[in-house]
Amino acid sequence: MPVEVLPADGLLAASWLLIALPLAGAAVLLLGGRRTDRWGHLLGTATVVAAFVLGVLCTIQLGGLDERSVDVDLFTFISAGDLDVRAGLLYDPLSAVFVLLITGVGSLIHIYSIGYMAHDPARRRFFAYLNLFVAAMLLLVLGNSFVALYVGWEGVGLASYLLIAFWFTRPAAATAAKKAFIMNRVGDVGLALAIFLMFARLGTTSFEGVFGGVGTLAGGTVTAMGLLLLLGACGKSGQFPLQAWLPDAMEGPTPVSALIHAATMVTAGVYLIARSAPIYDLTETASTVVMLIGALTLLIGAIAGCAYDDIKKVLAYSTVSQIGYMFLAVGLGPVGYVAGLAHLLAHGFFKAGLFLGAGSVMHAMNDEVDMRRFGGLWKKLPITFATFGLGYLALIGFPFLSGYFTKDAIIEATFDRGDTLGYALGGVAVLAAGLTAFYMTRLMLMTFFGRPRWEPGAHPHEAPRVMTVPMIVLAVGSVGAGFALVQAFPLSTWLEPVFGEPEEAEHVIAPLTISVLLTVVMALGVLLAWLFVGRREVPVIAPARVSPVVRAARNALYADAVNESLFMRPGQWLTRALVFFDNRGVDGAVNGLAATLGGSSSRLGRAQTGFVRTYALGMLGGAVLVAGALLAVTAG
Amino acid sequence: MTLANYLVLAAILFTIGAVGVLVRRNAIVVFMCIELMLNSVNLTLVTFARATGTVDGQIMAFFVMVVAAAEVVVGLAIIMSIYRTRRSASVDDANLLKY
Amino acid sequence: MTQTLGAGEAVVFWVLGPIALAGALGMVFSRNAVHSALWLVNTMLAFGVFYVVQQAPFLGAVQIIVYTGAIMILFLFVLMLVGRDTSDSVVETLRGQRVAATVLGVAFAALVGAGIARATQDLPAGGLGNEGGPANIPAIAELLFTKYLLAFEVTSALLITAAVGAMVLAHIEREPDSRRTQKELSRARFLTSNHPQTLPGPGVFARANSVAVPAILPDGTRSEASLATGIEPEEPDQMRRPTGREELGSRDAALGTLDPAPLDGNDR
Repeated sequence: MPVEVLPADGLLAASWLLIALPLAGAAVLLLGGRRTDRWGHLLGTATVVAAFVLGVLCTIQLGGLDERSVDVDLFTFISAGDLDVRAGLLYDPLSAVFVLLITGVGSLIHIYSIGYMAHDPARRRFFAYLNLFVAAMLLLVLGNSFVALYVGWEGVGLASYLLIAFWFTRPAAATAAKKAFIMNRVGDVGLALAIFLMFARLGTTSFEGVFGGVGTLAGGTVTAMGLLLLLGACGKSGQFPLQAWLPDAMEGPTPVSALIHAATMVTAGVYLIARSAPIYDLTETASTVVMLIGALTLLIGAIAGCAYDDIKKVLAYSTVSQIGYMFLAVGLGPVGYVAGLAHLLAHGFFKAGLFLGAGSVMHAMNDEVDMRRFGGLWKKLPITFATFGLGYLALIGFPFLSGYFTKDAIIEATFDRGDTLGYALGGVAVLAAGLTAFYMTRLMLMTFFGRPRWEPGAHPHEAPRVMTVPMIVLAVGSVGAGFALVQAFPLSTWLEPVFGEPEEAEHVIAPLTISVLLTVVMALGVLLAWLFVGRREVPVIAPARVSPVVRAARNALYADAVNESLFMRPGQWLTRALVFFDNRGVDGAVNGLAATLGGSSSRLGRAQTGFVRTYALGMLGGAVLVAGALLAVTAG
Repeated sequence: MTLANYLVLAAILFTIGAVGVLVRRNAIVVFMCIELMLNSVNLTLVTFARATGTVDGQIMAFFVMVVAAAEVVVGLAIIMSIYRTRRSASVDDANLLKY
Repeated sequence: MTQTLGAGEAVVFWVLGPIALAGALGMVFSRNAVHSALWLVNTMLAFGVFYVVQQAPFLGAVQIIVYTGAIMILFLFVLMLVGRDTSDSVVETLRGQRVAATVLGVAFAALVGAGIARATQDLPAGGLGNEGGPANIPAIAELLFTKYLLAFEVTSALLITAAVGAMVLAHIEREPDSRRTQKELSRARFLTSNHPQTLPGPGVFARANSVAVPAILPDGTRSEASLATGIEPEEPDQMRRPTGREELGSRDAALGTLDPAPLDGNDR
């Protein structure tokens, strides 16, 4: 619903500082080099905290306006003939929400990183890259055109690559970063094509222009746009079929996993689809595909998460699965955007908290990630246990914590569609909720309860305060965010300028029924986990003889194998064929030409015998030819 | 019997001289073959002088003879000096300018 | 050609043409270089006659005098100095040279001959008239010193240059003191040889015309130097000495008598 967008004044006019501050921080830290090592982390944290403060103030000012959408025009990006692309920011409720999420959670993670990366000599570089990421992500959510969004999109991809491969001397990290970047790239192609399409059909890529003019386009074009944008979103958010990079991205330091691969970057896809709501409202096909992708990924993530022993990988698959929830929500249409975004915000809190907790556990266990080597840590790491536990409860949808409210909203909206698709997808979502409870409980049991199965020489100790304080703050958010966003200060009201009046949908199934159903399913999941994992001794070595289902889950449902056989091997064959062709064909042609010339020249050289009589013979031959030619010409 | 007979005879003699240059190895005999070629050209010139009715052809033949004389003198002197240094008068011995 | 030539000329042509041809072929194919030169002389003489028949008497005379008489003789001189012994071997050192030369030669002759024959089909034999006969030399002179004057002068310069050049090329540079003087030569002769005096010319001490008869030196001994190699020496039949010491008995008898010598042999 296009709303009147005002030009900015007051503090909002300075909202570009939100991007500029972290960007300046990154520049100073990268260009300053080792000289900034001693205070680099403090500068990095300060810029993001300052951005957070500014963001809060801007949002307050925004809230005071009648028409709560503000356009901040900055400068001309491209001016060539008839083409005039202006760069600017759009500060409206949707972007405000994201700004607060990014800078808020970002600040907490920056503070956490001061402690987590304290022993790493490259800490300054880490903060520089984190700042770069925050700047790019803010540009992504604040840009007022698809091109500005794309710049931020690429920026976060770059930052993600740099941060995953932060310990670049490790081959696994370098490979994982490449994999992430390449799979992102595949998605970026979709986004780029969508932008080209917008430009070709509408002549503009600014949100105003596109959303205003999308109604005039043919149905097929709009569907194409929607599907291409979905491809981009899948790449960035790790949805099927581009989900394989997200678990591998856990090679990066844990704060990276918390910030980028839980709270912010992977939610960029959801932001894109939510922002493009006017487009998706017009195309039933694309929305349905979004829902299907979301549901499928939901299930894949949940199944895979049940079989991994690496604590970070389990959390990664959990992220994949939860974002599937969000995609499912935003694919539902006008009723779903708010629900999806609410779950996004709540998820940001508790997933970040869970990752920071995992980081704390790893920090305590000497960077060990294998859960089979944990056990009995609740006594040694009480604060971590408490915050982790609250995040866990929020994630599985324990009544009245965050996840309960937000997941309920989504599943309600799914069932409210009333058709078979709604029931089917709703059923899938319920099943996945049960699986979520199962694997998270398994994680908790293996990590914190049971007999200690630690490596000899391990001394688990609680994290320093600089790490535990952010965890506590996030735990509070995990607990209260859901209630706040859905009931107390409804997000739907805040996002009204973007998505319109919240409609009261016809409930096919009573909301209470759904809540009860979900709680029962959750309890079932917890029970099963306790039966299979908690009651028995956890083997230190993973059992080799398992059912095919477990084996499939351990291999992430063979996603990597499929990728390799579909893309990697043909790609390798292609490159090998090209190399072969280059060596034999091109080099052969060039060398063959040289050899031919050399050989023929040496053979021709033998005509120089040195004997005068041979040359005289040549002369006579030439004379014969000339005479013959003359005769032929005059006679013919 | 027409003037063309003389021309054909001259052509044949010219060819024989040319073949002689190619086939003989003694430098002086090669020189003599060249003289034969010059002579056949002289015959051609004289024949055409007769055909056109002017004396110009004969004068050209005259000049050819003079120049041939000069050439023979110098050429034979060269052959002699080569013979003195290399002890050989074969044209095949000057074959260093090769690949 | 439309105009055919006279019968006499035809006879001359058909007789001397093959001769010239034979001379050319002989020159090319003969192994001995001197023979080649002689064959060429033959051809050049035939050419000279051709010129005379073709109404170029001056040129014919010059051909015989200069070309045959001077240039070919020069060739022969140089052959004697240089190339007499160097006869070509029959074996050809360059592969395929003879075959290629023959093929190309035949092709060239055919092409040029056929081409000329076709091109000169309608060549009118203008004939030189008087200028081809008695007035030939004045006609040549007239053209030579007017129209072709520059060529004439240049050619004369060329001749001078050629002569000087040939002298330079043929000159043998000897070192200043390399020639032995007369004094050194005679001293060497007196020191080393058996005959310090000049030897008598041939025939001074000869007794007979035959080369097999050795000469007798003044003291009556046989001269070994007069023996020819490879021939058995013979003693000739001695003629009766008309007066001698045995016959006369006294020394004064050698002075001789006024009586005529007896005609019969040894008995008196």
